[in-house]
Amino acid sequence: MSVDLSTEYLGLKLRSPLVAAASPLTGDLDGLRQIEEAGFGAAVMPSLFEEQIEAEEMLVAKLQDHGAESFVEASGFFPPLEDYNIGPQKYLELIEQAKKTLKIPIIPSLNGVSTGGWLWYAKRFQDAGADAIELNVYYLATDPGTSCDTVEQRYIDLVSSIRSVTSIPLAVKIGPQFSSLPNFAKRLREAGADGLVLFNRFMQPDIDLETLEVRPGLQLSTSSELLLPLRWIAILSGRVDLSLAATTGVHQRDDVLKLLLAGANVATMASALLRNGIDHGARVLTAVRTWLEENEYESVRQMQGSLSQRHSADPDSFERANYMRAITDFTAP
Amino acid sequence: MRKVTVDGNEAAARVAFLTNEVISIYPITPASPMGELADAWAAQRQTNIFGAVPQVAEMQSEGGAAGAVHGALQAGALTTTFTASQGLLLMMPNMFKIAGELTSTVFHIAARTVATHALSIFGDHSDVMAVRSTGWGMLAASSVQEAQDMAMIAQMATLKARVPFLNFFDGFRTSHEVNKIALLEKEDVQALIDDDLVIAHRDRALNPDRPVLRGTAQNPDVFFQAREACNPFYQATPAIVSAAMNRLADRTGRQYRLFDYFGAADAERVIILMGSGVGAAKEAIAKLNDQGQRVGMVAIRLFRPFCTKSLIKALPASTRIIAALDRTKEPGATGEPLYQDVLTAVCEAWSETHKAAQPRVVGGRYGLSSKEFTPAMIAGLFDELKKDAPKNHFTIGINDDVSQTSLPWDDAFSTEREADTRALFYGLGSDGTVGATKNTVKIIGENTDLHAQGYFVYDSRKSGAVTVSHLRISREPIESSYLIDRANFVGCHQFNFLEKMDVLSFAEEGATFLLNSPYDAATVWDELPRDVQQVVISKRLRFYVVDALTVAREAKLGGRINTVMQTCFFALSKMLPQAEAIDQIKQAIKKTYAKAGETVLRRNYDAVDGALAALCEVSVPKEATSQHARSSALSDNSPDFVQRVTAMILAGHGDKLPVSALPVDGTFPTATAKWEKRSIAQEIPIWDAGICTSCGLCSVACPHAAIRMKAYPERILSSAPEGFRTRVYRGKEIEGQMSMTIQVAPDDCTGCGVCVDLCPARSKEVVKHKAINMQAKSEHLERERSNFDFFLSIPSAPRDKVKRDTVKGSQLFEPLFEYSGACAGCGETPYLKLLTQLFGDRMVVANATGCSSIYGGNLPTTPWTQNAEGRGPTWSNSLFEDNAEFGFGMRLAVDQQQALAQHIMQETLADDPLVAEIISAPQETEADIIAQRQRVEKLKSQLKGDQHAHLMAVADALVDRSVWIVGGDGWAYDIGFSGLDHVLASGRNINVIVLDTEVYSNTGGQASKATPRGAVAKFAASGKSTPKKDLGMIAMAYGNVYVAQIALGASPRQTIRAMLEAAAYPGPSLLIAYSTCIAHGIDMSTSQSHMQLAVKSGYWPIYRYVPQTAGMGQPFQLDCRKPTVSFKEFALQEARFSMLARSNPKEAERLFALAQQDINERWQFYSQLANVERAVVHD
Repeated sequence: MSVDLSTEYLGLKLRSPLVAAASPLTGDLDGLRQIEEAGFGAAVMPSLFEEQIEAEEMLVAKLQDHGAESFVEASGFFPPLEDYNIGPQKYLELIEQAKKTLKIPIIPSLNGVSTGGWLWYAKRFQDAGADAIELNVYYLATDPGTSCDTVEQRYIDLVSSIRSVTSIPLAVKIGPQFSSLPNFAKRLREAGADGLVLFNRFMQPDIDLETLEVRPGLQLSTSSELLLPLRWIAILSGRVDLSLAATTGVHQRDDVLKLLLAGANVATMASALLRNGIDHGARVLTAVRTWLEENEYESVRQMQGSLSQRHSADPDSFERANYMRAITDFTAP
Repeated sequence: MRKVTVDGNEAAARVAFLTNEVISIYPITPASPMGELADAWAAQRQTNIFGAVPQVAEMQSEGGAAGAVHGALQAGALTTTFTASQGLLLMMPNMFKIAGELTSTVFHIAARTVATHALSIFGDHSDVMAVRSTGWGMLAASSVQEAQDMAMIAQMATLKARVPFLNFFDGFRTSHEVNKIALLEKEDVQALIDDDLVIAHRDRALNPDRPVLRGTAQNPDVFFQAREACNPFYQATPAIVSAAMNRLADRTGRQYRLFDYFGAADAERVIILMGSGVGAAKEAIAKLNDQGQRVGMVAIRLFRPFCTKSLIKALPASTRIIAALDRTKEPGATGEPLYQDVLTAVCEAWSETHKAAQPRVVGGRYGLSSKEFTPAMIAGLFDELKKDAPKNHFTIGINDDVSQTSLPWDDAFSTEREADTRALFYGLGSDGTVGATKNTVKIIGENTDLHAQGYFVYDSRKSGAVTVSHLRISREPIESSYLIDRANFVGCHQFNFLEKMDVLSFAEEGATFLLNSPYDAATVWDELPRDVQQVVISKRLRFYVVDALTVAREAKLGGRINTVMQTCFFALSKMLPQAEAIDQIKQAIKKTYAKAGETVLRRNYDAVDGALAALCEVSVPKEATSQHARSSALSDNSPDFVQRVTAMILAGHGDKLPVSALPVDGTFPTATAKWEKRSIAQEIPIWDAGICTSCGLCSVACPHAAIRMKAYPERILSSAPEGFRTRVYRGKEIEGQMSMTIQVAPDDCTGCGVCVDLCPARSKEVVKHKAINMQAKSEHLERERSNFDFFLSIPSAPRDKVKRDTVKGSQLFEPLFEYSGACAGCGETPYLKLLTQLFGDRMVVANATGCSSIYGGNLPTTPWTQNAEGRGPTWSNSLFEDNAEFGFGMRLAVDQQQALAQHIMQETLADDPLVAEIISAPQETEADIIAQRQRVEKLKSQLKGDQHAHLMAVADALVDRSVWIVGGDGWAYDIGFSGLDHVLASGRNINVIVLDTEVYSNTGGQASKATPRGAVAKFAASGKSTPKKDLGMIAMAYGNVYVAQIALGASPRQTIRAMLEAAAYPGPSLLIAYSTCIAHGIDMSTSQSHMQLAVKSGYWPIYRYVPQTAGMGQPFQLDCRKPTVSFKEFALQEARFSMLARSNPKEAERLFALAQQDINERWQFYSQLANVERAVVHD
């Protein structure tokens, strides 16, 4: 019996529930081609960062103005160039090329926090042929004067802004630190989001003891990190009218299966691919298929959300029960 | 016909690009932009009228460029070049050849002063007049329009006449003036060039299929006759030029004649001139004739071949007196060239055309080095010509109180049109004022029926340079070839200018005054100096303020206030309806930053919108209330010459100095930069004595000698001002228990931040707090001024008591190079400063033209200074190309003087034991030098009058002098290389330091042979494809040359060691010093620390090659470790490399890979070299 691996995500029909998350592997055409060949349902391109867009654009302007007209003998210090290939240009070209040569949905990603001019790139994504947009919001509230309402409103405004200039599906990738995630998810939906991606992993800076400098660092995830998105997907599944994607901690067959049971529309994978290569995705998919076959599932859709909080025999287990059981089961040595 | 706004260089270069196949270039101000444009257009694959992309090739000098032109012409290509001044002179030998061979070509010349008593980059005709004997046709353009049109006419004529042509126009006044012109489209150019003449040119090419011999040597029997054989061609040329002018007129409606007459048909007084002065003269003549006078002017278009008949025909029969005006000077001649030509023409041919009496001819000079030439001066000249015995060989525009040549004029005479807008904008080089004004000219010129003209004046500083933009807007074409001195709009874009200069001196009554002010309309009045308040009241100015910095910052544009100020100008000048103006500004922004993207556009749009909201009119009180006057830029303690002359130049009144005020031979005092207090930094470094480790890195790295270190006995502190910082000196470089201070010179610091970036000492409690920290100057200025004054009064450590071969030790010596106007963060100047600390009191410097000669020797002040004994570096600049030879000559002279002194001593004072002591004394250490000085002083005190006059004159040379040849890579690698090679081969005791910025920095970053592979530079817009020349290896090949490659910020210790070794080595020494530069596109606050990456990546391996004079040994010593960082990691931190990665990623990938291979290969080679033994062979 052939198992139907297809799923629906953001209103898009995907051939499998495994999506390549944003990583350097999805940043060029070769990588995207391999991802398609490995059987992934879709690919999310690396984030185009607000800071990066603005910095690059300002840099080009700065280069143009660098030392210009400041000294009588030098009109400037660089020749004018015809093309500066700033990040967004290359990015947009990649969307176009990918759409021309590949069949799987291509989802470009925008990463930022403000409602500035950079959001216009969402429209450019759409014009370039993108199937959907992933908005990756990276915001750390460091000012004690900033309330959680202000922070949440910022997200809502961002989603509304993008929605106002685009018509393709929009997924919002957020972190886990919200006081009432279901309510916030509902508001995002109302603002125009079509899906949630749970959860993004923030860069964790480290300290270099030799130089006493702060060094940026990004550790690859492990399977143990799966449990946080797993819980929230289970809670949100069926409660909000949003597609749900799990990210962080998706490494093995079991991770994918658990997420689907909890209610994820897709599971997205990045760290495992960076560690093991793109073929790893194909192996996981084969294993998922085998498991489904062995367990007599007809399709992915059949199992999706079957163990969500709403459908769980023990809904409380996704809330405090976990904690209680952990205490209860604990046996002192 | 399409109207565009361009400058003269672009106007000429466009025709040159369209009509040529080979373009051979070399940078020289003010012609460089023509080559830059040609290179950029070729890089963009633009084509000429033959459908091909011209080949643009940079050569090693103008001589080389001319040689390449000559060769390309001989091989049949239509070929051109662009140059000026010394560059043109270097082309002379080839120009004689090209003309002698009757070869069609046009050189485009931004005419510039030839260096005499001083270098000047500005415009006059001394260069083109110097080559008038070469046999080239010479067409003079007097405006931006004509720079284009004469380029066309010259190209048409040269193909027909076979006489090569110069198309020349005045440097800066025309080459850099932006004006609205009618463009010759490509089709026009195509239509005006005859194909058969082009083919005929190609047919004359060397071709082995029909071989010829050209360039023979001839003997007395035939040379003369053969030289005369060209005469018919020259005779035919004026008619050919005239025909070309007529063809241009048929196509464009613009009619030129060989000699164009303007003025009254019955004029009695006529002036004759050429170049940009024509514009001012036309205006004066029109006004004088309106007043009922009868005056006129002949504007010369074709100066060579000089058509006597045409000139005489152009003159009205009523002409009674002619004044020929030369923009050049020929000392000792019977008159300047144009005067002599006119005189000859009138004498030879007047009576053939006119029956009236032959007019009198006088001649005079004007406008040398872009000296202003105004309608008022021309009116003054016409007044002189009314006299029965008008002055001949006069000057106009200066006050010659020595030879009494100058004519008076009345500045009240003005030809400015009442209805025109005349705006002056005072800005900083870095604030975008000039760019915004150029933009305004474009907006007006290309989108309205109005005419617009922009001209830009800069001071000679590279950091904190003040720019004054002159903008005229009119319903009529603008030919006013002089600065605005009656402005109806003045924009002051920096508030602190009000404290330093008189920005309102040229404001007319009732003018609009727009001030960028941190204070709002309600409070600004009280912040103005009293003199400014008085002028605002007395001239009844309409006074507006805008806090442009805040608007720019809110729009996230940093300090770029240009958009804000431009918007306010449009709003206040009402040149266009406000909505239209805003729209046009935004369109212009879109055009300028189209390649940058949405963010840049949006931020600029925000600045435009924010500007209008922030613009406020100030209600001007009836009386001045301020208690403070404008501060003097000059210290009151300065010496007489500085007070009399330098102060005037600094105040912007240099034009008023009479001839008698200036040195007759170009000799100026040193030690003058210290009197000028520019105070340009917003933040200055403040020392935290508690954390400091006394390492001296801040001091050694400071490009401006504005952070200094002194060690002193504690007792000195008894008279220290309150708040003077001190700590115990940690180190063994000086004997005894010492205190120390690191002190900022608060008014001399540029705020570059290099010292803070390099400081290794951090607070244990707050990591970002270092031993020096940038802090707001306003909070520290008064205290630091007082601290610095006291610091200066502390005696420097005795030179013989300090270990000089360490960073700390070297920094205890007084720098004798201070407060230069170099760029903030300059990578060159710390080397020069360090040299002066080590050898300054006996240093003789030959300085190649370039950045170092400009920040070192451009008036008004010089950073080369003197110690308490009055000793210090003595400095001179000869040319660009000859600096090694120039310094070599100095060495010869110094050696000769020492030998002469020794000889006379031995001959006349043989019995005096002091003589033997002096001759045999070692002069290696500081103690040796001090002892030798004492001996020589003792000797001099014993010498008697006439008997020892010669010995007295040369006795100082008995103390060894340290001769240093200083220059940049453009000089050492390219134009001066053959001389450098010769001097290195000489075996003589000379020291060369190459301040290697890897581009021609002074002229704006053109590629040199020092430019690395993969870097984008002007003249290498596609990225340089060949590797950097290894100058060090070439020098090492001699075996007896000391060579070191150094990078101060990477290893100051190695740099110091190399300098000491080079100076001590009795033969030739070459130091190649990595010099970070604004042209690299790095954050210049990291200019020293960035060198560490250059060395770690192997991009700049540091080494020393110490010739083994005592027998076999390993002379080559690598002073750095094997590269640990990739080239790419280093390169992508610099815009010059990362630009290529953006513009052409594939090519960048290829070139970066090759550059990495260059590094790997070189490292392997150097590693092997380190094990090779060699010895210097000597007697």
